Amino acid sequence: MTITLTHFLMISAVLFSLGLFAVITRRNAIMVLMGIELILNSANINFLAFSRYSGMNIEGQMAAIFVIILAAAEAAIALAIVLNIYKRFNTVNVDEISILKD
Amino acid sequence: MNLYDIIFYFFAVVTVGSAMVVVFSKKIVYSAFALLFTFFGVAGIYVLLNADFLAITQLLVYVGGILVLILFGVMLTTNTVTIDIKSGTMNLIPATIVIALLAGMLGGIFWTSDWFMSKQFGDIVHTTTTTEIGNALITTHVLPFEIASVVLLVAVVGAAMMARRERNN
Repeated sequence: MTITLTHFLMISAVLFSLGLFAVITRRNAIMVLMGIELILNSANINFLAFSRYSGMNIEGQMAAIFVIILAAAEAAIALAIVLNIYKRFNTVNVDEISILKD
Repeated sequence: MNLYDIIFYFFAVVTVGSAMVVVFSKKIVYSAFALLFTFFGVAGIYVLLNADFLAITQLLVYVGGILVLILFGVMLTTNTVTIDIKSGTMNLIPATIVIALLAGMLGGIFWTSDWFMSKQFGDIVHTTTTTEIGNALITTHVLPFEIASVVLLVAVVGAAMMARRERNN
């Protein structure tokens, strides 16, 4: 049995589910960020798999490059926000930062 | 079972296993270091998909940049290294149900769909993609490339300003 497109898609589905699970369940904001990175990686695997198995089209790889660029920008901004939140509230638990609700 | 399959399963096990450590680990530092192996595994999968330039970019940007940022974030924001999994999680049971349903749905769709496969994908010559990507970046994709550079500059300058700002009150 040889490796087909479906195998790569399965890995990406597992990574996406794990990332979404981390985003939903973990309290720590940095764990939420790690979940988002997992989700972005799973999307990239999909891009590259479809690019490879549809006749080595370069477009999928271009999309994956821009995903990586935006992931870098997102991580920088998000960590700056998390550091600010920690300075202000002395915690990074996302369920305790709810002063807008009160 | 040829060499390609064995390497694929190796990287698949590395990726999925370390991603599980990331998600289910009790200690956030362990999660951050397990993320390193996840990124390595994903880079290996990129190589298997004939995306050599993307694999190197993945290592440089994710392992060299994002992971170091995340580790700094962990060290600067956790006063205790250990966070109990009970207090560190919320909505555990509904999230498990929803994610299990979603994973089953995604897997079912991926497994049963009749995806378009190119006829000549078996005899693709394995050349490097760097030249093609470079050509595409300065011809067909020049506008997104320039916009991405401006976005990256603004994001990094903004992040530095936000993280450094001292609060008066």
